[in-house]
Amino acid sequence: MEIVVVLVIIGALALFFIATYNRLITLRQRVKEAWADIDVQLKRRHDLIPNLVETVKGYATHESTVFQKVTEARAAAVAAGSSASPEQRAQAENMLTSALRSVFAVAENYPQLQAVQEFKDLSENLTATEDKISFARRFYNGNVRDYNTSLQTFPTNVFAGMFGFKAEQYFELADATEREVPQVKF
Amino acid sequence: MSSVTTDSTPARLSIYDAAAANRWRTLLLIAVFTALIAVLAYFVGEYFAPGAGIAALPFAFAISTGSALVSYFAGDKLILAQSQARELGPSEEPQLRNIVEALALGLGIQSPKIYVIEDSAPNAFATGRDPQHASIAVTRGLLDKLDRTELEGVIAHELSHVGNRDIRVMVLVTVLVGTVALLADWMWRSFFWTQGGRRDRDRGGAGAIIAVIAIALAVLTPIIAGLIQLAVSRQREYLADASGALLTRYPPGLASALRKIAADKEPLEVANKATASLYIANPLKDAPAFFDHLFDTHPPIEERIKRLEAMD
Repeated sequence: MEIVVVLVIIGALALFFIATYNRLITLRQRVKEAWADIDVQLKRRHDLIPNLVETVKGYATHESTVFQKVTEARAAAVAAGSSASPEQRAQAENMLTSALRSVFAVAENYPQLQAVQEFKDLSENLTATEDKISFARRFYNGNVRDYNTSLQTFPTNVFAGMFGFKAEQYFELADATEREVPQVKF
Repeated sequence: MSSVTTDSTPARLSIYDAAAANRWRTLLLIAVFTALIAVLAYFVGEYFAPGAGIAALPFAFAISTGSALVSYFAGDKLILAQSQARELGPSEEPQLRNIVEALALGLGIQSPKIYVIEDSAPNAFATGRDPQHASIAVTRGLLDKLDRTELEGVIAHELSHVGNRDIRVMVLVTVLVGTVALLADWMWRSFFWTQGGRRDRDRGGAGAIIAVIAIALAVLTPIIAGLIQLAVSRQREYLADASGALLTRYPPGLASALRKIAADKEPLEVANKATASLYIANPLKDAPAFFDHLFDTHPPIEERIKRLEAMD
């Protein structure tokens, strides 16, 4: 009789552990997938910037410090992209965003540049990419929150650490007003 | 742009939960429709010849399985073709494409195929089997009459249908309701052909009861099927409004879009009774007031706007 009771308890516990473990794996996988979405958009942004710099350079020949800054910021963001944590990447991306803003600010002083189709396309593409980054980021943060919450609530928190589950980092970009590519008026 | 500027992560409706609920709902729907068709077939079989009811059941199951399979694999294509929707080329309507792609990222789903219906009445719908096989169709009127935040609101509503797996349920219901209506119509005609012939032969009171039940079912089944469709579609419009607004973080965008769509009195010509419930707002503009909203395909737009305005 006691053996049956013990076996039932062990069985129930085992089922509980399996279910919880699988749920954590699923949630963590969603975080990873969501991160991949952000990564794609950030890379797209990095790819657009050299073209933008080249196009603006053609018209604004005397602004080399601005171009140098954005090129350096881009290089730093690309470097951070290969290995760094979400927090470090966010920092690098924020630097890049503010450098990008100064490029657009410079561009505003050159009316001929505003009329160039390539420049229009590039700034539209960059705006769309910023938009996508912001939505991808939101989805990512939502998944991180779901994962972290279930990691930290009882009874999962008791043994999550034993299986090597760690809380994931949010991806926070700088203040929204600073994050947007300034609207270019044509 | 204003819709993407708030920087926080408030509570959201998880699309994973909604999707799981919809999987059960899909199974339940297929079961209910199969039962409906089986009951109809059984009594109509009994009506024509005692004992034939059982023989009619395999046909009933074949028909419901067949239409469920058709709707699963080809329902979206049938609906898009019937609505005369044309798929957008990669460089057409870049603003629309950017909105769809950005919002799809926000939901974590693959960006759906985009179709345009060349009609000046503003409206939109989403269809497909799952997010990997999804399409979203908007009318030319919607693109012309809405500004960016309004368009974002509408697209977010439609993408919520995709993310929630509503689209599969909606396609299934559309096709199954069509099948039931077709069957009932067909049986109704056979009643007239055989009228007076075999009804009273070799039968006592049981025969008369079966005859009454068979006729009543032939009348009621399409109405029941229609009511299931309406109940299903109205409920999920509110849900898609809510999760769409959570996605854009800007409920006034969708509210203002709904106001513009409601103000437009022109009916959408390519829509019909079967596809009407797919659209974001009733495309037929024909709500019959005397049925006390029982037969409306959509919740009243004023109520939807009121709920959206209460959100922020």
